[in-house]
Amino acid sequence: MRARSAGRSLGAGGRRMADAVLFEFLHTEMVAELWAHDPDSGPGGQNMSLSVLEGMGFRVGQALGERNPAWLPPSSSPWAPQAWPGDPPASAWPKCLPLPPRLSRETLAYREELDILKFLCKDLWMAVFQKQMDSLRTNHQGTYVLQDNSFPLLIRMASGLQYLEEAPKVSSRW
Amino acid sequence: MGYGIGTRLVEDFLARSCVGRCHSYSEITDIIAQVAFKMYLGITPSVTCNNSSRNEFSLILDKNPLVEFVEELPAGRSSLCYCNLLCGIIRGALEMVHLAADVTFLQDRLKGDSVTEIGITFLKKPEEKKYRRKK
Repeated sequence: MRARSAGRSLGAGGRRMADAVLFEFLHTEMVAELWAHDPDSGPGGQNMSLSVLEGMGFRVGQALGERNPAWLPPSSSPWAPQAWPGDPPASAWPKCLPLPPRLSRETLAYREELDILKFLCKDLWMAVFQKQMDSLRTNHQGTYVLQDNSFPLLIRMASGLQYLEEAPKVSSRW
Repeated sequence: MGYGIGTRLVEDFLARSCVGRCHSYSEITDIIAQVAFKMYLGITPSVTCNNSSRNEFSLILDKNPLVEFVEELPAGRSSLCYCNLLCGIIRGALEMVHLAADVTFLQDRLKGDSVTEIGITFLKKPEEKKYRRKK
């Protein structure tokens, strides 16, 4: 499906169209729907459902990044995304998907790994959940632990052990 | 999916909006358009009544936040009701307050119509009919 090019900011300063609770309800239904349709209830089917969920989350994350110009360097900057010589022509790209901007380490506004992680904890989490992540820890050897003490999509299940089995499905999308 | 969302959403709506009991189908449709849509999607569709028996209404949406990033439906999916979720939500919410209704898209901008129109047809409850016969 052809989508409009980036133009709206989804960050805290941008205009938000829909109430936050709608997203939580939609997410719950999506997980339930994808899980219910899989005929294979064994580990193979579960892995398939989890990977579909993860793929959807991946696409959402991509779209969020494309649509928030505040997260990319300004177009006048030398670090703005450019077309690369090896890129396929726009006509070769399926019309149902937006053409993603080609970014590399050199053109990204965030060049350090820590900057990228900080972006995840602050900007991305704020745009999606209207709150920042609670803590970020690292062992300085490439492993990072991001901690959210009150993850909005799981908080309603967290009060007892009733939903212990369902929790991984909900969190796999992220 | 929309139906599942609607059955849960109506509780959240009633808790946050504190609307009183409605006395007619047109009042219900007005509340959906002016309070619920405004609260959740930030838009206010206009309401029209389609028949004289006052149980068929239309919500005309000038602006639909769900299609903000969509220009056209993909090839081979021209019959797709992209926002059918909204119909399910309305139907689920009404059912949880004991009102049976048929909710469908009558017009869709993504399919080339000039506006997006959602039709709500309230179905008469069997108990009501029995009551009227006894009268």
